[in-house]
Amino acid sequence: MSRQENDEPQLGALMLGGTQPLLEPVGEGELMSGLPFSGEIGMRLHGAGGSVAILSVPYDERLIGDPQTGVMHGGVVTALLDTACGAAVMAVPEKLESTATLDLRIDYMRPASVGQTVFARAECYRITRSVAFARAVAFHEGSDDLVASAAAAFVIERSAKRTKAGG
Amino acid sequence: MAETNHQMAREADRDAALSALTQTVPYNRLLGVRFERLGDELTARLPFRQGLVGNPLLPALHGGATGSFLEITALMQLAWDMVSAEIDKGGAWAKAVAEGAFPVFPKTVDITVDYLRSGRARDSFARARVQKSGRRVAHLHVEAWQEERLRPIAMLRGNFLMPGQGG
Repeated sequence: MSRQENDEPQLGALMLGGTQPLLEPVGEGELMSGLPFSGEIGMRLHGAGGSVAILSVPYDERLIGDPQTGVMHGGVVTALLDTACGAAVMAVPEKLESTATLDLRIDYMRPASVGQTVFARAECYRITRSVAFARAVAFHEGSDDLVASAAAAFVIERSAKRTKAGG
Repeated sequence: MAETNHQMAREADRDAALSALTQTVPYNRLLGVRFERLGDELTARLPFRQGLVGNPLLPALHGGATGSFLEITALMQLAWDMVSAEIDKGGAWAKAVAEGAFPVFPKTVDITVDYLRSGRARDSFARARVQKSGRRVAHLHVEAWQEERLRPIAMLRGNFLMPGQGG
């Protein structure tokens, strides 16, 4: 696996697992009840700022996708990574009015472990006038063995640009 | 007449098996996804409810709910094709399926979701097309729409790993 020296070193370490721990202690987090579907699947926000967001979904039998193994449905990981990327975009220094996912690509490297919380760490690594780009990884605490990775693009609306009502 | 009765019984078996297969997955039940059969084509329905919303102000479906719906549709299409083939074999196979002995679900390798339009506060539908069904990997396209079939709200492309032979 080749590694680009000058291209986003922090994110490179994030994407490759790297040598540093993937997750520092983040506490219990807060149920994301402001987004009804996120609240419904038990998604928690552990922190967002500086273009980074950390979210999680604790294991729950209602989220099982394969009844024979008890593994959570891929759709849960999709929802977690989508939301994490969106939260990272909203956590950029610029003031944004809203974001909407344009597209989302997810690679599933291994099934999430039964009974374990899945965490997502997302980073918005580039923002233009109307589009933001984010990447994210899904993993279990203390493990370098990633569950999934994601790349997403969002259409954004900047707050300052909105001068007319109903635009 | 006897032939017709036999055919009707076979159709009823298929509907019962499809419903049982759907209900066997807890995450399908959580979202409330249902499947209808028309010939060999499956149509998924996601009845709207507040718990699926991402942005309560619009309101709009959560991107994670839409993404999950697409992924559920893809996996169910693949699983149903396997179940359907077993029902066709008749005898012990059909009996096992009727008793709930479903094949192992395929695993998602990667997916790309394109979000084309905001999902509104109404029911959504989806259909999957198997573009390639190999021994190990299947490639699917899935489209979700609301009131107009030709105005999809989201599309998914994905690769799925089929369960091992004789597994």
